[in-house]
Amino acid sequence: MSSSPAATPGQAHYFVPQPSIYPFILASGMFMLALGFILKINQFPAGPWIMLAGAATIITMLFKWFGKVIYENQTGAYADWEDRSFRHGMIWFIASEVMFFAAFFSALFYTRNISVPQLGGMLAQHGVTLWEGYTGGWPTAGPKASHFEPMAAWGLPAINTALLLSSGATVTWAHWGLLKNNRFQLMLGLFLTVALGVAFMACQAVEYHHAYTEMGLTLGSGVYGATFFMLTGFHGFHVTLGAVMLTVILLRSMSGHFSAERHFAFEAVAWYWHFVDVVWLLLFVLVYWL
Amino acid sequence: MSATTLPHDAAGHHGEHHPSGLMRWLTTTNHKDIGTMYMTFSMVMFFLGGLMILLVRAELFQPGLQFLKPEFFNQLIGNHALIMIFGALMPAATGFANWQIPLMIGAPDMALPRLNNWGFWLLPPAALMLTLPFVLELFGVGDGALATGWTFYAPLSVQGGIGVDFAIFAVHLLGISSIMGSINIIVTIFNMRAPGMTLMKMPLFVWGWLVTAFLLVITLPVLAGAVTMLLTDRHFGTHFFSAAGGGDPILFQHLFWFFGHPEVYILLLPVWGLVPHVLSTFSRKPIYGYKAQVYSFIAIGVLSLIVWAHHFFTAGLPVPALLYFMYSTMSISLPLAVLFFCWIATMWRGAMTFETPMLFAVGFIVLFGIAGLTGLVLADVAADAQYHHSYFVVAHFHFALFTGGIMGVMTGVYYWLPKWTGHMYSETLGKLHFWLTVISFNLAFMPQFFLGLAGMPRRIPDYALQFAEYNAISTVGAFILGFAQLLFAYNIWKCIKGGPSVSARVWEGTEGLEWQLPSPPPHHSWDVQPTVK
Repeated sequence: MSSSPAATPGQAHYFVPQPSIYPFILASGMFMLALGFILKINQFPAGPWIMLAGAATIITMLFKWFGKVIYENQTGAYADWEDRSFRHGMIWFIASEVMFFAAFFSALFYTRNISVPQLGGMLAQHGVTLWEGYTGGWPTAGPKASHFEPMAAWGLPAINTALLLSSGATVTWAHWGLLKNNRFQLMLGLFLTVALGVAFMACQAVEYHHAYTEMGLTLGSGVYGATFFMLTGFHGFHVTLGAVMLTVILLRSMSGHFSAERHFAFEAVAWYWHFVDVVWLLLFVLVYWL
Repeated sequence: MSATTLPHDAAGHHGEHHPSGLMRWLTTTNHKDIGTMYMTFSMVMFFLGGLMILLVRAELFQPGLQFLKPEFFNQLIGNHALIMIFGALMPAATGFANWQIPLMIGAPDMALPRLNNWGFWLLPPAALMLTLPFVLELFGVGDGALATGWTFYAPLSVQGGIGVDFAIFAVHLLGISSIMGSINIIVTIFNMRAPGMTLMKMPLFVWGWLVTAFLLVITLPVLAGAVTMLLTDRHFGTHFFSAAGGGDPILFQHLFWFFGHPEVYILLLPVWGLVPHVLSTFSRKPIYGYKAQVYSFIAIGVLSLIVWAHHFFTAGLPVPALLYFMYSTMSISLPLAVLFFCWIATMWRGAMTFETPMLFAVGFIVLFGIAGLTGLVLADVAADAQYHHSYFVVAHFHFALFTGGIMGVMTGVYYWLPKWTGHMYSETLGKLHFWLTVISFNLAFMPQFFLGLAGMPRRIPDYALQFAEYNAISTVGAFILGFAQLLFAYNIWKCIKGGPSVSARVWEGTEGLEWQLPSPPPHHSWDVQPTVK
């Protein structure tokens, strides 16, 4: 295996990995997961089993692939040149994630500012309406969906904001620890970050449960319910992924994988965590508060 | 540009093992192997999508319903589009990127080789997702493939059968593939250029792809979001696109075309990047207006993100929105005109010869010009009310995407194939392929402008009697066009198998790093990076 002692383009050998079967198997696993899901939502009994096989394949491949990358990293395959590739890659991956959330925020802005006012103002503007007695306004489930109670901002959601903002601070504190070679600070900071993330998810679960059982607020509660659950749901999914990644980083820190100079994986996960944090701030202001 | 260091292949790669046979292709991390897989996949999909549309054209040969059920007709047109766009054209462009970008910027490989392989191997599962429902229906499962047209408009797609679900997940897989491919290309361009190759010394093809990759990273996640909303509207009770819950079907159109319009430029920018190289080579003159072309690429990329609603002018948008989208759309013609000017100026007073790639490049300029001019007509809100959803639109976007996209790809294939294989293709067959393609393309699509002007709606399996002659002509043209492509495939196959050997520079007038490598280039090309002055 070729390693790269020198650091600058032009002199170094860039690390080009050996042929690998992982990408192909990962793609096959994703195919199975998608196929199983399609069959499941169309009531074919084989669906869940194919999904399970796909998910197991994906998880196994992620373990293998990331394990291989960590091994390569620990055996000195990557120098600054490769490191820069990973940094650029992570930045543009997060950029694509931002645009994924942008789609759902757009749906929120569009319905609040365009489709709901139009549906409510038909009688005034056109003299006719398909929806007798519907006047629009926000929050709304639309003309025909069932009654619900909107989620208030200053209860659990405010606590969740505090939790996530603190976790952003603790992960930065952990990073400072890493830069100072203070391993205790590094690990305590990471542990607190994971703990705050888990606490956030627990609060979110309580909130969802409350919404479904007490407030009549479900995915089916018109555009309010749809945008609320899709935005907070995808955010929660990202928090979960982030917490898993932070846990891996914590375990790797305990194994002494990172040095003050070289710790791209730590930074990548920290960036991801801050991204999730910023999305939450937007959610808190635009979905819960305003 | 010139290199001071020549590559030596073996350095730093001792002890490598290379699986052979099928395993070579399943496991490869080599940009050339992956590029070859993309091109091969693209060719297979090109014929599959072509077969689908030939069935459609056969049905449309005469008025009345001949031999396709209308439901099946609907499935064919939607899948023809998805397969041609996501299966044929995008993978062809990505195949070029994989083969050429490392060669042109003096990189040892793509920056993230395993990710690269993953990006490719997501494509066959996606193609399977699109075509599986056709097969399942034969066994009595479901009601066939996506039958909504490729645009999935709600509420039709909310009500559609299992084919819509398959298409949604096909789009997810294709999206992940393209985003990973684009991230890889951006990283490669930013991090892997040879010392001395500043951004403004980069070949235009690489610039075209850089803008393309940004557009993909920005817009594909939005499409993923849109089809996810569609999925939840279908199966999980949300009301994004249903007025009963406060939603709006037009929201889907906004989200779809926020992706869909830049997608047009995603398909075209790599071609606009490669055509100037070909024009310059066969005119034996440097590229005219390099900087102007780079800035035009960027301007078109940015503008393409803010013009999307011109695809649904007739959906009932407020007048200020119509005006905004009309003027912003028309403003794209300014940077595009700069490109046309530069292409023509590159040829101006050159010592021109017309080998097959040059024929395709010149054919591209002429025919794609028609696409641009008819696009201006469609961008006019008042005029569009008549043309919308007619065959005029079909003819317009086939002039854009067949001559602008596919013929551009053919330009690139003939231009670079000798470099890749080390053999010259058959010039006679290539020229025959060009003339058959250009003539039959115009036979197939020129009549459709007139059909559209006369009021024939698109996506309908039957039509009124007065449209009969032009439809018959169009079908004849389409069949010649389809079968002419067998020549293309045969010529490529022959060139891979053998033929006269070519020199490193292949063509007399070539400039750039890739021509300093032998033909075919070694497995690891720029193992030691060249220095660009």
